[in-house]
Amino acid sequence: MPINYYIFLSVALFCIGVSGVLTRRNAIIIFMCVELMLNAVNLLLVAFSKMHHHAQAATNPNAGIDGQLFVFFIMVVAAAEVSVGLAIIVMMYRNTHSIDVNFLNRLKN
Amino acid sequence: MNNVISLVWLIPVLPLAGFLVCGLLRRHLSKSLTGVIGSGVILASFILSLLIFGQVRQEGFQAVVVRLFDFISVGKLSISFAFQVDPLSALFLLIITGVGFLIHVYSTAYMHEETAPDFARYFAYLNLFVFSMLLLVLGSNYVIMFIGWEGVGLCSYLLIGYWFKNIEYGAAARKAFIMNRIGDLGFLIAIFWMISQFGTTNFIEIFTKAAMPKAVSTGVLTGITLLLFVGATGKSAQIPLYTWLPDAMAGPTPVSALIHAATMVTAGIYMIARSNILYTLAPVTQTVVAVIGLATALLAATIALKQNDIKKVLAYSTVSQLGYMFLGLGVGAYTGAVFHVMTHAFFKALLFLGAGSVIHAMHHEQDIRKMGGLKKHLFWTHLTFLIACLAIAGIPPFAGFFSKDEILSAAYEKNPVYYAVGVFTALLTAFYMFRLYATTFLGKFRGTHEQAHHLHESPSAMVIPLVVLAVLSVVAGFVGIPAAIAPDAHWLGHFLAPVFEGSTRLHPAAEADKKLEWGLMGISVGVAALGMIYAWSRFSRKPDLEEAQGFGKVLADKWYVDELYDAIIVKPINALGRFFNSFVEKSVIDGIVNGVGRLVQYGGRQIRLLQSGLVGGYVLLMVIGILALFLVELFTKK
Repeated sequence: MPINYYIFLSVALFCIGVSGVLTRRNAIIIFMCVELMLNAVNLLLVAFSKMHHHAQAATNPNAGIDGQLFVFFIMVVAAAEVSVGLAIIVMMYRNTHSIDVNFLNRLKN
Repeated sequence: MNNVISLVWLIPVLPLAGFLVCGLLRRHLSKSLTGVIGSGVILASFILSLLIFGQVRQEGFQAVVVRLFDFISVGKLSISFAFQVDPLSALFLLIITGVGFLIHVYSTAYMHEETAPDFARYFAYLNLFVFSMLLLVLGSNYVIMFIGWEGVGLCSYLLIGYWFKNIEYGAAARKAFIMNRIGDLGFLIAIFWMISQFGTTNFIEIFTKAAMPKAVSTGVLTGITLLLFVGATGKSAQIPLYTWLPDAMAGPTPVSALIHAATMVTAGIYMIARSNILYTLAPVTQTVVAVIGLATALLAATIALKQNDIKKVLAYSTVSQLGYMFLGLGVGAYTGAVFHVMTHAFFKALLFLGAGSVIHAMHHEQDIRKMGGLKKHLFWTHLTFLIACLAIAGIPPFAGFFSKDEILSAAYEKNPVYYAVGVFTALLTAFYMFRLYATTFLGKFRGTHEQAHHLHESPSAMVIPLVVLAVLSVVAGFVGIPAAIAPDAHWLGHFLAPVFEGSTRLHPAAEADKKLEWGLMGISVGVAALGMIYAWSRFSRKPDLEEAQGFGKVLADKWYVDELYDAIIVKPINALGRFFNSFVEKSVIDGIVNGVGRLVQYGGRQIRLLQSGLVGGYVLLMVIGILALFLVELFTKK
């Protein structure tokens, strides 16, 4: 498959993520949109890694493995982020009975 | 043999220690202890100076440089903190510490009305002054000399303004300091010029380099020496910077005697005598020095004719005598100038101390019109004052005669016009000194009844210095007997010969015609005697009590020089200052500063609105920022 398809898919996913973060006020949905952006990047990384090592792949089965490894790092970070973020959302709900991010402007003034 | 000379650093350090002790412990020391410490350190310095003088006067003595430590070392330039011991500095050491000691002793009695802390402050300043002055004459390069030069200026300021609660005295102190600064700037520029020209500030190196044929152009030497002379006009009160010295009489009388008559004001003469070779190589500067000196001598003498404040007369006579010394330097009579410094130190210190004794007896009255007839009451003061007047008038065999005669005969050889003006000034000198003497001591007492009741001779701490100085004023002249009277009897000339060797080699002194010498001496003595007798007979019978009229008023008002300076320098500068203060400062500088402040405040108020607290807003801005970066990247690269 040509690399363009991957790029278009990634860009589409990323833009959906960005517009979701921008337009939604529900903290959980914003969270999911952030995950969407991260995974769009992951997809792109893997695709580029594969493309870059295309020539060597015939002789060396491990070619381009470092790019794919990098994706795991991002997943770990994303998992850590989720655990912290969900905890914050839970605490927020307990305090305000809402998960609307615009409710969180108490630090102003 | 050199062990005494290697201790030369002790001479200035002792007064410095005295300054620190008196100054720091001024609230704890009693007056008598302060007096003992203050005078004792100077006495110790004097004894050391005597020992060093004994070494220096031995046959075959070579100038010694005692190096203490590196002071400034930058690149190729190295300025060390070193003292130079040679006949010139040894002679000045003796004058400074000797006269200084006598004046310290005198001060213990003169200042006894002060409270103990003020008394200690006075002695601390006086010791600091002696320290700076010793540094000035001992330094082996121009930088050390300059340190001393500034130090004596500072002490002069502090001591003129000693009674700082009096606003006028404070103004006089400021005037002295500022006028000195003008001269100091010239000196400083000369030092920098010498560094760039010779690469050193050491006396010995500069003088050898300058004396080498074709080493330095005459123009450069003229520039350097003129700038040095500007420094000397400030410190030694010559035209155009002389007006501070008469105002400096605001200080206590012993201060006037030590600083503004005997030592500090002769610093300029010392400096030029020290740099004599440079001046000999720059004939233009020599002429300038001679003319300025002569003009100052004449101008100050005319002003002194009509002054009625006992200290003002002496102040103008000091300016006038300093003018003589510069005349001597200008005509190449370096020995004569230094000789006159020495004799002048004795008789002028004596005159000031005598005046102090009179002021003391008259309860701080300084106007000679309210004195008169003091001869009966102040025996010693009167006697010593008379000796000093004879000495300054140039009556043989008193000291002033020999030194003044030496300068005048050298002036005659250079240019008879110099001689004529010099002799005329000598006439004026004799006249105003005996006007002062006759008005103060002869005739009838014109003070109040109460003053008459309290008239008394001063205590012995004041009388003994007077007597010592009087003896010196009588005998000091005999160290420089002119060749016409007795050949080879000019001891001082032989003593100082190594210092002025370079100059005498360039311009050997002409063999003086003996008949001419006698004639010149006869004229100057006759003229002085004429002035003296006329003034004596006129003012002892009918003292000049009315306010001066006509031309006399111009003289009494000092030729309006102060008013002139005020109009052409002080007022325009003040006006300029006011303009900068009211216009440039208020509207331009304040406008810029306040404008920047207002801009930042306004900007802050506007940008603050962006901080809405809405997370979505922040994210939107972030995305817009990222997109902007992308666009920039896209359109600027390649």
